[in-house]
This record gives sequence, C-alpha cells and structure tokens, in this order.
Amino acid sequence: MSMDRSVLFNIGLLLALLLVVLALPEYHQGNFARIMVLACFACAYNISFGYTGLLSLGHAMFFSAGLYGVGLTVQLLEFPSEIGFLFGIVCGLVLAVAVGLLALRTTGVSFMIVTLMFSQAFFLTVLLFGEFTRGDEGFVISQDKRTFLGIDLSSDDTRLIVSWVLISLCVLGCQVVVRSRLGKVLVAIRENEERTQMLGFNVFRAKLSALAISGAMAALAGGAYSLLFGYVGATFASVQYSIFPLLWVLLGGTGTLIGPLIGTALMFYLIDISSEFTTAYMLVAGIVLVLLTLYVPEGIVGTIRRRLAPWIQ
Amino acid sequence: MELGPHILLALLESAVSTAVLALTAIGLALVFGIMRVVNVAHGEFFMLGAVLAWWITDQLTAFSPAVGFAVALVLSPLLVGAIAYASDRIVINRVDYDPERTIVATVGLLYIFQQISLMTFGPDARPVEPPFNTRLAIPWLEITEQGWAVYWPWGLSITSYKLAVIAISIVLLIGVWLVLSKTRYGLIMRATQQDKDIAQAFGIRIERVYGLVFAAGGALAAMGAVLIVPIQQAHYLMGGDPLLLSFIVVILGGLGSLSGTLVAAAIIGLSNGMIAVFFSPTLAKILATLLVALVLIWRPAGLFTRSSR
Repeated sequence: MSMDRSVLFNIGLLLALLLVVLALPEYHQGNFARIMVLACFACAYNISFGYTGLLSLGHAMFFSAGLYGVGLTVQLLEFPSEIGFLFGIVCGLVLAVAVGLLALRTTGVSFMIVTLMFSQAFFLTVLLFGEFTRGDEGFVISQDKRTFLGIDLSSDDTRLIVSWVLISLCVLGCQVVVRSRLGKVLVAIRENEERTQMLGFNVFRAKLSALAISGAMAALAGGAYSLLFGYVGATFASVQYSIFPLLWVLLGGTGTLIGPLIGTALMFYLIDISSEFTTAYMLVAGIVLVLLTLYVPEGIVGTIRRRLAPWIQ
Repeated sequence: MELGPHILLALLESAVSTAVLALTAIGLALVFGIMRVVNVAHGEFFMLGAVLAWWITDQLTAFSPAVGFAVALVLSPLLVGAIAYASDRIVINRVDYDPERTIVATVGLLYIFQQISLMTFGPDARPVEPPFNTRLAIPWLEITEQGWAVYWPWGLSITSYKLAVIAISIVLLIGVWLVLSKTRYGLIMRATQQDKDIAQAFGIRIERVYGLVFAAGGALAAMGAVLIVPIQQAHYLMGGDPLLLSFIVVILGGLGSLSGTLVAAAIIGLSNGMIAVFFSPTLAKILATLLVALVLIWRPAGLFTRSSR
C-alpha cells in the first residue's frame, strides 16, 4: 500500500484517537473500549454494505458467530483463548460463505429479507439451545480464561489498548481491501452490477468474497468483544444488532474508511446520553435513521468528502 | 384430554390467531403489492392499534365493555390509518419509494413508534375486557359399546368472543376483497399496481393512492390488533411477531395475490399454532423463517422479482 494522503490521514486520525482516549477520564475510556470494538463490527458491515452495496439485515449472526464461537469454546470446552478466538473467526467466515452461497442468488430487497431470516433463525437457535447458551440472560466468561498470549484482557488499561489496536487493524485492513483489485471490482458492482458483469468480472465470486471478508471481520469483532468484556448473550444475535451496524455506517458515511468509527462513537454517545433521561433510548436511533435517510444519505464523512476532501477513501 | 379433542382445541385456538394474522398480512400485502415497498414498521401499526384500543376502552369505562370495545374497533384503526398516512407523507414519499431507502426509513419509524409507546403507554402489558365472553362447551363423538355417543370432554371449549373474532375477520376480509374488485377505488389501486406510469397518464394521482394505501395497510393491522387485544394483552413490544409472520405470509403467498396471501395466512397461522402447541414455539419459528429464506432463494419469480427494480 503506497503511503499517500488518504493512508496518512487514517493513520493520523488513529494516532490522534489513541492520544485522546488515553487522556480521557476512566468512565469514557470504558465507553471507548466498547466503541472501538463495535466499530470493528461497523467496518466489517461497511465492506459489504458501503463498498459492495449489499444491504444485509443479518450481520448480527456473523458478530454473534464470533461471540459464541469464542465464548462457548473458551468457557464450556475450556479451549485456550487463542485457539477459541481463531475458531470464532472461522465460524463467522464459514457462516458468511454458507449464507452468501444461498443469499447471493437474490438481490436488493430479497437479499435483505433472506439475510434477515437466516439471522433470525440463528438467533432463535441460540434461544433453542438455552441449556448451553443461557439465552437472553447470557453467560460470563470467567476472568482466568481471558488471557490472550499472556496478556490479561480483563484489566481496563489493556482493554483500551487492545481495542485501539483492533480498530486500527480493521480500518487499515479495510483500506488494503478497498485498494486491492477486488476492492475496485466491489465498488464497480455497487455502482453498476450489470456493467461489471458485462466487462467480464465474476460478480458472484466478488460479492461472495466481500461477504466472507465482512463476516470474518464481524466475527473477529464479536470474538474480541466476548474476551474483552467477558459477556456472551443472545441480545447480540437479535435484529437490533443487525440494524446497529447499518445505523453506524449510515451515520458515519457509507463507503468511507473512517466513517464507521465516527458513526459508532456518535451513536454510542447519543444513546448513552439519552438513556440517562429515558428508558426509551432507542427513540434516538429511530429519529437518527429517519433523518439520515431523508437529509444526509451520504453520512458525515461522505458529506465532508463530497464538499471538501474528495481524496478521502 | 385425549388426542382428538386436544387437536380440535388447538385448531380452534390457531384459527383465532390465523384470522388476525390474515388481516395484518393483507395490510402488508396491499402496501407491498401496490406501492412496491416493504414496510418494516407494519408490526408497530399493529402494536399502536392494540395500545390505542386499550386507551380508548380505558377512557370509556363508564359505559359497558361492549360500548368501549365497539368504539375502539372503529376509532383505533382510523387513528392508526391517520398515523400511517402521515408517515407516508412525511417520510416514505420523500425518499421516492426507493425500495432500500424505504426499508431503512421504516426501520427508523419502527423504533420511533415503539419507543414513543414505551414512553406514554409504559412497559407493562395491559388487558382490554372482551365485550362478551361466554364459554361454549364443544361436544365430541366417541365409539362406545352402544355405537357412537356424544360427550362433552372436560376443557374442550371456546369463548363466544373468540368465535366472534373469526367471524368479524372473515367479514372484514370479504369487505377488502369487495372494495378491491368491485369499486372504483379498487380499480384505481389495481391500475396503479399494474403500471403506475400508465395509470398516471390516465390522470390517476399516484401519490394520493400511495398515501391512502399506506393508511389502509396500517388500519388493517390495527383492526387485527383491536380484535386480539381482549385475548392477548397490549404491550409496546408486541409488534415483532405479527411483523415476522406477516412477512412470511406475504412472501409465501406471492406478490399482489390477495387469495395467495389468504391461503398462506391459513397455512402459516394454523401450522404455526399446531407446532407451537405440540412442539416448541421457537422450533416452529425457526422452521418458518428458514422456509421463507429458501422460498425467496429458489422461487423468487412471482414473489419478489417484480418489486426489486
């Protein structure tokens, strides 16, 4: 990857983020650890939705495949966390390829509903096996199992650094993907699928690759979440967690590398602040979704890119 | 109870939920068939119908439950229809009925309606008193040494209200069919569905039709909800299941096919009820959702292809 303006911009922003989070008070550091891991999930969603134009409403299943793939193996089967983590990512990858092979036979609204239905079936399966998964209530991963390569993930400081490393890897990893030959084909598919096919590209394979990368990265986020925060629950497999990444990406800017992180952070704080006043905090999410569709379809970074800085990737 | 009466009881109970599902699904099918958009907030119109029914009957406790319920049955769908009409004007019309943007916007509306209901109606489930509720025992035949004999199994009964729900739903569904097939409004709607550009060229105000169809879809869901609320209580999260089941019904039934939607509602409603009684409701839902996904993948023709651009 050549070191041009866009790469330096992202690296600069990530370093600035590190300085800011290190200077924050403890409460906000805890929030940002969560935000950065969830932003990895948003980056994953952005690969399929933002760059390829696949509107999926089923990404909760990939995130929770990682979450449960790691959580169940580490807590119940007592796998070492490193093996469990790899297993979780493989779970997300395999599930994404399997779902992709079926769902990518459809497009548009049908694709959205098929992914929603598969994800719903996954969620219900988690509830059906409540004996192991403990359903909505979820289970806790005991502290002694949450060491990774000798690092204790349960302490606040390492959690912050590890989540920063993860989001940096995801943002720069996405940049590598977007700049690769595959990435260019994906954008071409988003802009005009028929024309891309006419030019001789294997559209199905490219979309499947996008979904596989997206699913594996979402599972990475889910697996990291379970090890860092020590909790695994069915809420993360519910429809709400398929809608969240859509909301984060739309707010930050679809098809921008740094947008998902900004969208996740803003939405997290909007919900955090409103939940101090009311239990109906999801009202904010609804209002933001409607306003975004009506007035800011490109999101924050997308609008900045169009108005000020066309070189942002 | 023996197996035979038990199955009959399960069938009767599922027939009640099937009737309500048919009303709700027809509302979604109208919107989907004519406007070619998926309304993810449809379940919330159902929920609003139920919550408003509770509110209306609560205001009218001075009168008999029958009066309160009758007012709710008329007023609640009208109010929900007005809310749906406003949603179309303020939001969906302004994204130009683009299929994907409409989905995102209606997901937003879903949370707005659900959370406003949580803020005003509260987190508790609340009951509505049925207008009449006589328990009717049902006879069963069995073979004895003297031949066939009629007896009344213990527990095999249905309330008069549940029978009324089935009857009212059937009347309403016939009404929808009459409006669509015999009236000028129905003709305009069908013309819009078949080719909106040609319809527009003939002087039909498409946007007005869309607004009214969206309102009618919401009102039908609300009617189903008012009917079910004396059996199940009103709750701000009750919109999820009707949405999922209506989706399943509309997809299996096929686009723009009213009779297909009704047949699918009968199959899904009855089988869902039966599987839920004899096996686990979760398993029933897993099977239904997977079935829908597979139908969409392998039989998309006549289901979604005409809608998704």
